Amino acid sequence: MFTRGLKRKCVGHEEDMEGALAGLKTVSSYSLQRQSLLDMSLVKLQLCHMLVEPNLCRSVLIANTVRQIQEEMTQDGTWRSVTPQEAGRAPLDRLVSTEILCRSAWEQEGARPAPGLGDGHVQGPVSDLCPVTSAQAPRHPQSGIWELDGPREDRGGFHKSLDQIFETLETKNPGCMEELFSDVDSPYYDLDTVLTGMVGGARPGPCEGLEGLAPATPGPSSSCKSDLGELDHVVEILVET
Amino acid sequence: MAGARGGGCPAGRNDFQWCFSQVKGAIDEDVAEADIISTVEFNYSGDLLATGDKGGRVVIFQREQENKSRPHSRGEYNVYSTFQSHEPEFDYLKSLEIEEKINKIRWLPQQNAAHFLLSTNDKTIKLWKISERDKRAEGYNLKDEDGRLRDPFRITALRVPILKPMDLMVEASPRRIFANAHTYHINSISVNSDHETYLSADDLRINLWHLEITDRSFNIVDIKPANMEELTEVITAAEFHPHQCNVFVYSSSKGTIRLCDMRSSALCDRHSKFFEEPEDPSSRSFFSEIISSISDVKFSHSGRYMMSRDYLSVKVWDLNMESRPLETHQVHEYLRSKLCSLYENDCIFDKFECCWNGSDSAIMTGSYNNFFRMFDRDTRRDVTLEASRESSKPRASLKPRKVCTGGKRKKDEISVDSLDFNKKILHTAWHPADSVIAVAATNNLYIFQGKIN
Repeated sequence: MFTRGLKRKCVGHEEDMEGALAGLKTVSSYSLQRQSLLDMSLVKLQLCHMLVEPNLCRSVLIANTVRQIQEEMTQDGTWRSVTPQEAGRAPLDRLVSTEILCRSAWEQEGARPAPGLGDGHVQGPVSDLCPVTSAQAPRHPQSGIWELDGPREDRGGFHKSLDQIFETLETKNPGCMEELFSDVDSPYYDLDTVLTGMVGGARPGPCEGLEGLAPATPGPSSSCKSDLGELDHVVEILVET
Repeated sequence: MAGARGGGCPAGRNDFQWCFSQVKGAIDEDVAEADIISTVEFNYSGDLLATGDKGGRVVIFQREQENKSRPHSRGEYNVYSTFQSHEPEFDYLKSLEIEEKINKIRWLPQQNAAHFLLSTNDKTIKLWKISERDKRAEGYNLKDEDGRLRDPFRITALRVPILKPMDLMVEASPRRIFANAHTYHINSISVNSDHETYLSADDLRINLWHLEITDRSFNIVDIKPANMEELTEVITAAEFHPHQCNVFVYSSSKGTIRLCDMRSSALCDRHSKFFEEPEDPSSRSFFSEIISSISDVKFSHSGRYMMSRDYLSVKVWDLNMESRPLETHQVHEYLRSKLCSLYENDCIFDKFECCWNGSDSAIMTGSYNNFFRMFDRDTRRDVTLEASRESSKPRASLKPRKVCTGGKRKKDEISVDSLDFNKKILHTAWHPADSVIAVAATNNLYIFQGKIN
């Protein structure tokens, strides 16, 4: 299911067209699943019981999982699997693939799914959340995933529940996140710093990984910049010709 | 071959059966959160069985003495004492509640007529004394029978008060409170074989206490990184060696167990032994680390072995072999293909405990759907049993259960998708000598006895 050994093929290198399509489907299905897992993990980290101190073991395990996914996505360079023309589609309001993976278990267990995890269908593009957060790392090394005061308009496809999370975060004043998680002695619940360590821990990776994937923009940069770059490029073409 | 003594062979003998004995707790479908049992522990003799719940209460059951006139009540456990151990607290500094849930209870060896146990919630450990009172004094000189003081000038004669029998009263009183030593949540306490000290472990630190001293504890393990951003591993369980008072082990969320010797240095950050099974690269997935996280570690009674519980299996380790476990027992391997769902509904983070029988010949651990598993180490056989009201007829023997993983489901089998993941057996305990086990199923405590037909 999420085995690392699963072969992924770079679309451009495939000679056989059918094989390319099949490869693309395999790639996208695995990528979708992986993206779902990442989104789910981020939601879990955010939606913790605010009244009682959260379970540190659980938080660390989820954070490690997020880091593993991000490292793999960075190595593959596949986190930018959304093609530019799809980026403009309507935002996702369901987690992709989760339903396929988990529906029978939900119905059976009667477990209430986390907000936003509906029994929806696989729709459209993969959320742009991941590329944005990786992008934040080089620009805001100190800020965590939760402090995305960056350009939200760049995130074309965006998960609704995560949308809600970030809206909530942005209504609070800047220092609020630290206060919420701060400890007298030490940052006990510095998930933002834990995640920063993980996101930042991707280190030079994000930039390098991007090189093979953003044909419109030369050189490494964040996906936000590449979005803008492509937009500029398109506008240039329209205006000049 | 161990029979009824020594804990019994749960699956080794064909004529050995586990039978329902008792069930404690309400039958209501609506379970109050406070009634959920969070820890179960027999004392050293097995005559007392303590449970702690999420509401901070401790209930102690005592085994009835054998009574020829009532043969059926032989060995039954009845309520001995109930008390509120911990109350909910509020940490004003962090604006967070401190749960009153009892995480662990550990008995002290009995040294006099009274019984002592340690109970802990996330932050505070308490030493409780449970004592019996079956006599009261009558005939005081300075006060009346109803307690009112007598006028000294009216006293014309002196008498010696006499002790008269009264109905047995069991009193629990807190003798020590060990507080303010843990920043993180306490997951384990363990009494040392010297009977004077004990350890308490939270997510990042382990402290050593003297039972008499409450205002000081020694930090013996600290894995908190200087920069919390680098935190990737936490302590999940710790225990003292049953005989060597300088040795203890602690397990981690990365599936490792470290054995430490307190003689080597004051701060045992460097382990003496490091137990880890190399990962099988072919089964690696994004969930590998989570399912390798050890939820419980227990020394065998002999002290030669220890057992670790991770999400899908129980491993028995020889203390002399660090490279790999001696035995690996699969608890519910059929869940491996459901890990994503179990991650989503958080069940993958459930912390199952495990326990040895008295002779170390068998081990037991819980699973879902109110199933629990027993593994006989001698015969290599295992059995799955269920703690349910349906199989609760007095002395009825438990029928082995089977989970169907493949296509065709046989009669009496249950399919993986039909398992109830809300019915989880996290806490079990085995009598130190006899074939008696206690299984906590949410708010009910089941007691089963083994019988040879």
